[in-house]
Amino acid sequence: MNEKLDEGLMTAQEDAVVNIEPEKRIVADMLWRGIKVAPVWLVFSFLIWGTDGAASGAYGIALVFANFIAAAGLLTWAGRISPGALMFAALGGFILRLVILTVAVIAASKVSVFAPVPLGITIIVSHLGLLVWETRYVSLSLAYPGLGPARLAQKQCKEMK
Amino acid sequence: MIDLLAQADTAVDGLKAVGAGLGYGLAAIGPGVGIGLVVGNAITAMARQPESAGMVRTTMFLGIAFTEALALIGFVVFILLNFA
Repeated sequence: MNEKLDEGLMTAQEDAVVNIEPEKRIVADMLWRGIKVAPVWLVFSFLIWGTDGAASGAYGIALVFANFIAAAGLLTWAGRISPGALMFAALGGFILRLVILTVAVIAASKVSVFAPVPLGITIIVSHLGLLVWETRYVSLSLAYPGLGPARLAQKQCKEMK
Repeated sequence: MIDLLAQADTAVDGLKAVGAGLGYGLAAIGPGVGIGLVVGNAITAMARQPESAGMVRTTMFLGIAFTEALALIGFVVFILLNFA
Protein backbone atom coordinates (compact mmCIF):
# COMPACT_ATOMS: atom_id res chain seq x y z
CA MET A 1 0.00 0.00 0.00
CA ASN A 2 2.89 2.36 0.77
CA GLU A 3 4.33 1.91 -2.74
CA LYS A 4 0.95 2.78 -4.22
CA LEU A 5 0.77 5.76 -1.90
CA ASP A 6 4.23 6.93 -2.96
CA GLU A 7 3.18 6.74 -6.58
CA GLY A 8 -0.07 8.57 -5.87
CA LEU A 9 -2.14 5.60 -7.08
CA MET A 10 -4.27 5.06 -3.97
CA THR A 11 -8.00 5.15 -4.04
CA ALA A 12 -9.81 7.54 -1.72
CA GLN A 13 -10.91 4.57 0.42
CA GLU A 14 -7.34 3.25 0.80
CA ASP A 15 -6.12 6.76 1.52
CA ALA A 16 -8.70 7.08 4.31
CA VAL A 17 -7.57 3.78 5.86
CA VAL A 18 -3.94 4.94 5.91
CA ASN A 19 -4.70 8.42 7.16
CA ILE A 20 -6.96 7.28 9.99
CA GLU A 21 -3.77 6.13 11.76
CA PRO A 22 -1.19 8.65 10.53
CA GLU A 23 1.20 8.19 13.48
CA LYS A 24 2.41 4.85 12.16
CA ARG A 25 3.25 6.27 8.75
CA ILE A 26 4.99 9.31 10.20
CA VAL A 27 7.15 7.13 12.44
CA ALA A 28 7.86 4.66 9.62
CA ASP A 29 9.03 7.58 7.48
CA MET A 30 11.18 8.98 10.27
CA LEU A 31 12.75 5.59 11.03
CA TRP A 32 13.53 5.00 7.37
CA ARG A 33 15.28 8.36 7.13
CA GLY A 34 16.99 7.76 10.47
CA ILE A 35 18.34 4.39 9.37
CA LYS A 36 19.77 6.01 6.25
CA VAL A 37 21.52 8.78 8.21
CA ALA A 38 22.55 6.80 11.33
CA PRO A 39 25.79 5.34 9.84
CA VAL A 40 27.03 8.84 9.01
CA TRP A 41 26.34 9.99 12.57
CA LEU A 42 28.06 6.90 14.00
CA VAL A 43 31.17 7.49 11.91
CA PHE A 44 31.14 11.14 13.03
CA SER A 45 30.82 10.03 16.68
CA PHE A 46 33.63 7.52 16.22
CA LEU A 47 35.94 10.16 14.76
CA ILE A 48 35.27 12.62 17.60
CA TRP A 49 34.76 10.41 20.66
CA GLY A 50 36.19 7.05 19.60
CA THR A 51 34.66 3.62 20.12
CA ASP A 52 32.83 4.62 23.31
CA GLY A 53 31.26 7.57 21.51
CA ALA A 54 30.11 5.43 18.59
CA ALA A 55 28.63 2.81 20.93
CA SER A 56 26.86 5.47 23.02
CA GLY A 57 25.67 7.19 19.84
CA ALA A 58 24.21 3.93 18.57
CA TYR A 59 22.48 3.43 21.90
CA GLY A 60 21.12 7.00 21.78
CA ILE A 61 19.73 6.46 18.27
CA ALA A 62 18.13 3.18 19.39
CA LEU A 63 16.53 4.98 22.37
CA VAL A 64 15.11 7.73 20.14
CA PHE A 65 13.74 5.17 17.65
CA ALA A 66 12.17 3.16 20.48
CA ASN A 67 10.68 6.36 21.94
CA PHE A 68 9.05 7.27 18.60
CA ILE A 69 7.75 3.73 18.07
CA ALA A 70 6.29 3.60 21.58
CA ALA A 71 4.64 7.02 21.17
CA ALA A 72 3.09 6.08 17.82
CA GLY A 73 1.98 2.66 19.06
CA LEU A 74 0.32 4.07 22.18
CA LEU A 75 -1.46 6.89 20.33
CA THR A 76 -2.64 4.58 17.54
CA TRP A 77 -3.95 2.07 20.06
CA ALA A 78 -5.71 4.76 22.11
CA GLY A 79 -7.07 6.51 19.02
CA ARG A 80 -9.06 3.39 18.16
CA ILE A 81 -10.77 3.46 21.58
CA SER A 82 -11.89 7.02 22.32
CA PRO A 83 -10.71 10.66 22.55
CA GLY A 84 -10.46 10.25 26.32
CA ALA A 85 -8.14 7.29 25.87
CA LEU A 86 -6.09 9.38 23.43
CA MET A 87 -5.64 12.06 26.10
CA PHE A 88 -4.71 9.45 28.69
CA ALA A 89 -2.26 7.75 26.32
CA ALA A 90 -0.62 11.04 25.36
CA LEU A 91 0.00 12.21 28.95
CA GLY A 92 0.48 8.79 30.56
CA GLY A 93 2.65 7.70 27.65
CA PHE A 94 4.83 10.80 28.04
CA ILE A 95 5.56 10.01 31.69
CA LEU A 96 5.95 6.28 31.01
CA ARG A 97 8.42 6.88 28.17
CA LEU A 98 10.47 9.31 30.26
CA VAL A 99 10.66 6.74 33.07
CA ILE A 100 11.70 4.00 30.63
CA LEU A 101 14.34 6.28 29.05
CA THR A 102 15.75 7.12 32.49
CA VAL A 103 15.89 3.47 33.54
CA ALA A 104 17.49 2.52 30.21
CA VAL A 105 20.22 5.16 30.58
CA ILE A 106 20.90 4.37 34.24
CA ALA A 107 21.17 0.68 33.33
CA ALA A 108 23.55 1.48 30.47
CA SER A 109 25.72 3.68 32.69
CA LYS A 110 27.13 0.53 34.31
CA VAL A 111 28.59 -0.57 30.95
CA SER A 112 32.24 0.33 30.37
CA VAL A 113 31.70 1.93 26.94
CA PHE A 114 29.06 4.35 28.26
CA ALA A 115 29.89 7.97 27.35
CA PRO A 116 27.32 10.56 28.55
CA VAL A 117 28.26 13.48 26.27
CA PRO A 118 27.88 11.67 22.92
CA LEU A 119 24.76 9.94 24.22
CA GLY A 120 23.14 13.23 25.21
CA ILE A 121 24.09 15.00 22.00
CA THR A 122 22.86 12.06 19.92
CA ILE A 123 19.49 11.97 21.71
CA ILE A 124 18.81 15.69 21.15
CA VAL A 125 20.20 15.88 17.61
CA SER A 126 18.49 12.73 16.34
CA HIS A 127 15.12 13.51 17.96
CA LEU A 128 14.96 17.10 16.71
CA GLY A 129 16.67 16.36 13.41
CA LEU A 130 14.25 13.59 12.44
CA LEU A 131 11.26 15.71 13.47
CA VAL A 132 12.36 18.76 11.49
CA TRP A 133 13.15 16.55 8.49
CA GLU A 134 9.69 14.94 8.71
CA THR A 135 7.97 18.30 9.02
CA ARG A 136 9.23 19.21 5.56
CA TYR A 137 7.10 16.40 4.10
CA VAL A 138 3.92 17.00 6.06
CA SER A 139 1.21 18.88 4.28
CA LEU A 140 -1.56 20.74 6.02
CA SER A 141 -3.71 20.93 2.90
CA LEU A 142 -7.10 19.28 3.08
CA ALA A 143 -6.33 17.40 -0.13
CA TYR A 144 -3.69 15.33 1.67
CA PRO A 145 -4.70 14.96 5.29
CA GLY A 146 -1.79 12.72 6.20
CA LEU A 147 1.63 13.25 4.75
CA GLY A 148 2.76 15.51 1.97
CA PRO A 149 1.62 15.07 -1.63
CA ALA A 150 2.89 11.96 -3.35
CA ARG A 151 5.51 12.11 -6.08
CA LEU A 152 3.04 11.47 -8.90
CA ALA A 153 0.76 14.23 -7.64
CA GLN A 154 3.72 16.61 -7.49
CA LYS A 155 4.66 15.61 -11.04
CA GLN A 156 1.09 16.22 -12.20
CA CYS A 157 1.14 19.65 -10.56
CA LYS A 158 4.33 20.51 -12.44
CA GLU A 159 2.80 19.31 -15.73
CA MET A 160 -0.31 21.41 -15.12
CA LYS A 161 1.86 24.50 -14.63
CA MET B 1 40.67 18.11 58.14
CA ILE B 2 40.80 15.35 55.55
CA ASP B 3 37.62 13.88 57.00
CA LEU B 4 35.89 17.26 56.65
CA LEU B 5 37.00 17.57 53.02
CA ALA B 6 35.78 14.04 52.28
CA GLN B 7 32.42 14.85 53.87
CA ALA B 8 32.16 18.07 51.84
CA ASP B 9 32.95 16.11 48.67
CA THR B 10 30.21 13.59 49.46
CA ALA B 11 27.79 16.44 50.20
CA VAL B 12 28.60 18.09 46.86
CA ASP B 13 27.97 14.78 45.05
CA GLY B 14 24.68 14.38 46.90
CA LEU B 15 23.58 17.94 46.12
CA LYS B 16 24.53 17.40 42.47
CA ALA B 17 22.31 14.32 42.30
CA VAL B 18 19.44 16.17 44.02
CA GLY B 19 19.87 19.11 41.64
CA ALA B 20 19.88 16.81 38.62
CA GLY B 21 16.72 15.07 39.77
CA LEU B 22 14.97 18.36 40.56
CA GLY B 23 16.03 19.86 37.24
CA TYR B 24 14.74 16.84 35.33
CA GLY B 25 11.43 16.95 37.18
CA LEU B 26 11.01 20.69 36.59
CA ALA B 27 11.97 20.29 32.92
CA ALA B 28 9.20 17.71 32.50
CA ILE B 29 6.45 20.00 33.88
CA GLY B 30 6.43 22.42 30.92
CA PRO B 31 6.21 19.72 28.23
CA GLY B 32 3.51 17.98 30.30
CA VAL B 33 1.38 21.14 30.21
CA GLY B 34 2.24 21.62 26.53
CA ILE B 35 1.22 18.08 25.57
CA GLY B 36 -2.04 18.53 27.48
CA LEU B 37 -2.78 21.67 25.50
CA VAL B 38 -1.84 20.07 22.16
CA VAL B 39 -3.94 16.94 22.69
CA GLY B 40 -6.86 18.84 24.24
CA ASN B 41 -7.07 21.18 21.27
CA ALA B 42 -6.61 18.30 18.82
CA ILE B 43 -9.56 16.47 20.40
CA THR B 44 -11.67 19.64 20.14
CA ALA B 45 -10.70 19.95 16.48
CA MET B 46 -11.56 16.29 15.80
CA ALA B 47 -14.93 16.71 17.53
CA ARG B 48 -15.72 19.78 15.42
CA GLN B 49 -14.46 18.32 12.14
CA PRO B 50 -14.28 14.51 12.26
CA GLU B 51 -13.48 14.36 8.52
CA SER B 52 -10.13 16.08 9.13
CA ALA B 53 -9.11 13.72 11.95
CA GLY B 54 -6.16 12.38 9.92
CA MET B 55 -4.71 15.84 9.43
CA VAL B 56 -5.34 16.82 13.05
CA ARG B 57 -3.69 13.65 14.37
CA THR B 58 -0.68 14.15 12.13
CA THR B 59 -0.22 17.67 13.46
CA MET B 60 -0.92 16.50 17.01
CA PHE B 61 1.71 13.76 16.84
CA LEU B 62 4.36 16.15 15.55
CA GLY B 63 3.34 18.72 18.17
CA ILE B 64 3.69 16.16 20.94
CA ALA B 65 7.11 15.09 19.65
CA PHE B 66 8.36 18.68 19.41
CA THR B 67 7.09 19.47 22.91
CA GLU B 68 8.73 16.33 24.22
CA ALA B 69 12.08 17.57 22.94
CA LEU B 70 12.08 20.08 25.84
CA ALA B 71 11.79 17.23 28.33
CA LEU B 72 14.56 15.39 26.49
CA ILE B 73 16.83 18.42 26.93
CA GLY B 74 16.14 18.23 30.68
CA PHE B 75 16.86 14.52 30.53
CA VAL B 76 20.20 15.13 28.82
CA VAL B 77 21.14 17.70 31.49
CA PHE B 78 20.27 15.03 34.09
CA ILE B 79 22.56 12.54 32.30
CA LEU B 80 25.41 15.06 32.12
CA LEU B 81 25.11 16.11 35.76
CA ASN B 82 24.92 12.55 37.02
CA PHE B 83 27.35 10.70 34.79
CA ALA B 84 29.76 13.17 33.17
